[in-house]
Amino acid sequence: MSNRLRWRKFVSNFMLTMTGVCAVVAVSVLFFILGYLVFHGGTSVSWNFFTKLPAPVGETGGGMANAILGSAKLLLLASLIGVPIGFFGAIYLAEFSGSTTAFIVRYAADLLNGVPSIVIGIFAYSLVVLPFKHFSTLAGGFALGLMMIPITLRSTEEFLRSVPNALREAAMALGASKWKTIASVIVPAAYRGILTAVLLAFARVAGETAPLLFTAFGNRFWSPGWNQPTASLPVMIFTYAIAPYDDWHRQAWAAGLVLLGLILVINIVARAILSRGIAVPRS
Amino acid sequence: MATTTTTVPSAGPVAGSRSFLSRLREGDEIARLITFLFAASVVLVTLLLVFELWQGSVLPRHKFGFNFFRTSVWDPIFEQFGALPFIYGTLVTAAVSLLIAVPLGIGAAIFLAELAPAKLSDTLEFFIDLLAAVPSVIYGLLGVFIVVPLMREYIQPGLKHSLGFLPLFQGPAYGVGFLTAGIVLAIMVIPYIISVSREVLLSVPRDQREAALSLGATRWESTWKVVVPFARTGIFGSIFLALARALGETMAVTMVIGNTPAISASLFSPGYSIAAVIANEFTEATGDLYLQSLIELGLVLFLLTFILNGLARLLILATSQRGSEMSNV
Amino acid sequence: MKRITGMLLVVLALAGVMWADNALSINGAGATFPYPIYSKWFDEYHKKNANLQINYQSIGSGGGIKQLTEGTVDFGASDAIMNEDQLKAFQDKHGFGILHFPTVLGAVVPTYNIPDVSAELNFTQDALAGIFLGKITKWNDPAIADANKGVNLPANDIVVVHRAEASGTSYIWTDYLSKISEEWKSKVGKGAAVNWPVGLGGKGSEGVAGLIKQTPNSFGYVELIYAIQNKMPYGRVKNSSGAFIKADLASVTAAASGAAKNMPDDFRVSITDAPGTTAYPVSSFTWLLVPAKFSDATKRDAIKGFVKWMLADGQNYTEALSYARLPKEVVAKELTALNKIQ
Repeated sequence: MSNRLRWRKFVSNFMLTMTGVCAVVAVSVLFFILGYLVFHGGTSVSWNFFTKLPAPVGETGGGMANAILGSAKLLLLASLIGVPIGFFGAIYLAEFSGSTTAFIVRYAADLLNGVPSIVIGIFAYSLVVLPFKHFSTLAGGFALGLMMIPITLRSTEEFLRSVPNALREAAMALGASKWKTIASVIVPAAYRGILTAVLLAFARVAGETAPLLFTAFGNRFWSPGWNQPTASLPVMIFTYAIAPYDDWHRQAWAAGLVLLGLILVINIVARAILSRGIAVPRS
Repeated sequence: MATTTTTVPSAGPVAGSRSFLSRLREGDEIARLITFLFAASVVLVTLLLVFELWQGSVLPRHKFGFNFFRTSVWDPIFEQFGALPFIYGTLVTAAVSLLIAVPLGIGAAIFLAELAPAKLSDTLEFFIDLLAAVPSVIYGLLGVFIVVPLMREYIQPGLKHSLGFLPLFQGPAYGVGFLTAGIVLAIMVIPYIISVSREVLLSVPRDQREAALSLGATRWESTWKVVVPFARTGIFGSIFLALARALGETMAVTMVIGNTPAISASLFSPGYSIAAVIANEFTEATGDLYLQSLIELGLVLFLLTFILNGLARLLILATSQRGSEMSNV
Repeated sequence: MKRITGMLLVVLALAGVMWADNALSINGAGATFPYPIYSKWFDEYHKKNANLQINYQSIGSGGGIKQLTEGTVDFGASDAIMNEDQLKAFQDKHGFGILHFPTVLGAVVPTYNIPDVSAELNFTQDALAGIFLGKITKWNDPAIADANKGVNLPANDIVVVHRAEASGTSYIWTDYLSKISEEWKSKVGKGAAVNWPVGLGGKGSEGVAGLIKQTPNSFGYVELIYAIQNKMPYGRVKNSSGAFIKADLASVTAAASGAAKNMPDDFRVSITDAPGTTAYPVSSFTWLLVPAKFSDATKRDAIKGFVKWMLADGQNYTEALSYARLPKEVVAKELTALNKIQ
């Protein structure tokens, strides 16, 4: 074997090993993050954390019960806004629309998707907080819902489109009207993908902090109803992490673990649903 | 066999063949209308957002014009607002993050697309996608408690010691600063580069690789000199996508960048980014000019990410199309 | 379909439950300076009045003034007295004015984190101005060292930390610096948010304290209780009579004694660099900003009730958190001023 060939072979093996190293590094970051959160947050995730309200500044023993409920309310509202718009909008795109309208709607959705989350916060502040003269769960839910729309819209549209035309034609041949076809045949056929899309959109906004800074604001107590400011997990993590109190740091780790755990579980479940396969074999 | 001709109605409502009322009674028209309203609301809300950003920044646009982008003084007391430090900070941290994330990301993508057996590739990709789902504030949390002390105690002094003659690595080691923010951002954008690059690399038709190998190239040479250049545009697309994400990042950056509007050649210097200054100062900007200057910054950020996302999409599309065209030849 | 309608009903039921809450919720925002005692007060007051929640968010004095003017919160809190422009802006927007109610007396202290140095350092006026102007850059600079003979100050660079956002604490600090340094007054001026010549920005007093605690050789200013709660060393400041004074209840009360006797009707007064041999020079009142008129009578009465409580029982919590009580004359004046709220 010539020297030149030996050198090329060596370079080849070396570079390919390096790519392996890159991949290992990238993946190990995830495990490092998880491990660190479990290590630091695990010990602080206590009964207090889930049931108590925040204590006065400097005192220990507080918890994040109101933040957990606050996040739940915000996400519920976000889903109520994001899912119907995304779902029905996707039905329009996949089943009814002409190509120019479809292009415009998709373009708008992509635009919305690319807006930095802090700018969405500005928008929600001008649109909901100022007119109502209140920081509120409503404003925060609105901001998060806006962020859910593009994800649900585009993914649902794709899954609806992937349902084979044979099904549509068969339903038509049996005399079903368009909307009946959609409701009883197409959507059920694509439901796994749609559910995945909704779950992924949900997981994405569950961790968002920036849009909540000037919409949901914050609350040391339980937030009554929907028109008052509310605490939320991501904002509490931010506030506690940059403060000097060790007790707050511990709580921030615990909250981080809970939040990340929730998001990862949703992601894994969503992907598991999807990988079980589409309900109907492709033609 | 008996042939029956049946006309199957086409997918959309056929104009004129049935009366409007009968279509209405069938419910199709209502369904169309309702779903159209939802779809239209997406367009409306996006237009409204752009409009609000434009309207909400009218004062500084009239007062400063393009000087907004050239001045670096940000003084709420004397009402002088210049965007330069924030644009600088946003661009520098994004650049640093790409310098780190691109080699690592492409390397990992090459491994996943070319070398790893399908099952390993899919499993690793699964984990990488999970990394993309980690929220920004958690990266910030880890940044504050792990990266910043690491930078301050070991990495920055180390860099100063070995490469301190470069203006890039001079100045006191605060721990926070451009470099730290860039590193945290790099971790955040690597998953995007990996997953998109992996997909475009996988879409390169097999015959390209086989042709190179049959001509005597080593595995690496076939990958680096044939496959990667083929997928080049798509890989650029993934980089633009990552860049767009890095530019818009708020929480992780504001927790580690030092929150100082400074323009400095040194990467150790604390700085500020557009998203971070909006997050810190929006709720307290007294005076219309102050608030609207922040909104104008938001508009600038929006435009930047908009252009980048558009370019990214075009590039990625171009590569996959090219790949499928060539496979069909 | 049935499943979906079922879920929707559950959702609406939950919504109804969450809506039905008869706690009156009052929102306030503003200064981080008094946040430790405000959070204690609102917590205690809620224990006594279970149907009233006063939710206070410490976003900085500037934020408090801004959100109060916008009308998104019911009251504000600030250590920076609202200036004429801000008062006018509120008046123009709402048709009535804002009343300032002092709540406690506090001190802004220079705090630092110097490796191997835990002594209380003495800071002259030139030293403080010089450090924040960026002219004094090392810890062993004569301007600092001369006042601290016997302390081994390292030759390290000083890492200055200030507030990143509009802060009343910054206002108090820059107000003081403007009084003792002509150069600072002309170059930077006093305000809640200034163009700082040097330094890192921390968010909130919490953020500044956090940054200083984690960064060696750092130097910044925080309200006294933040330094105490986090066991951070803080220095003595030279007052107008030439003595190095440490911030504590006695020295802060001494600083306010002159103002107490001559308190203006609107309570807007600055007591930095106050005369008096034992006065701590960077002391300040902090104020609740209450609109002069409320459209909601229950809210108005709730807030008035709280202020009354605050002026009486509330003052008993101050010393434990290192804030000084309001002078008796001021309390009496405030009780009369409460009647101005309609």
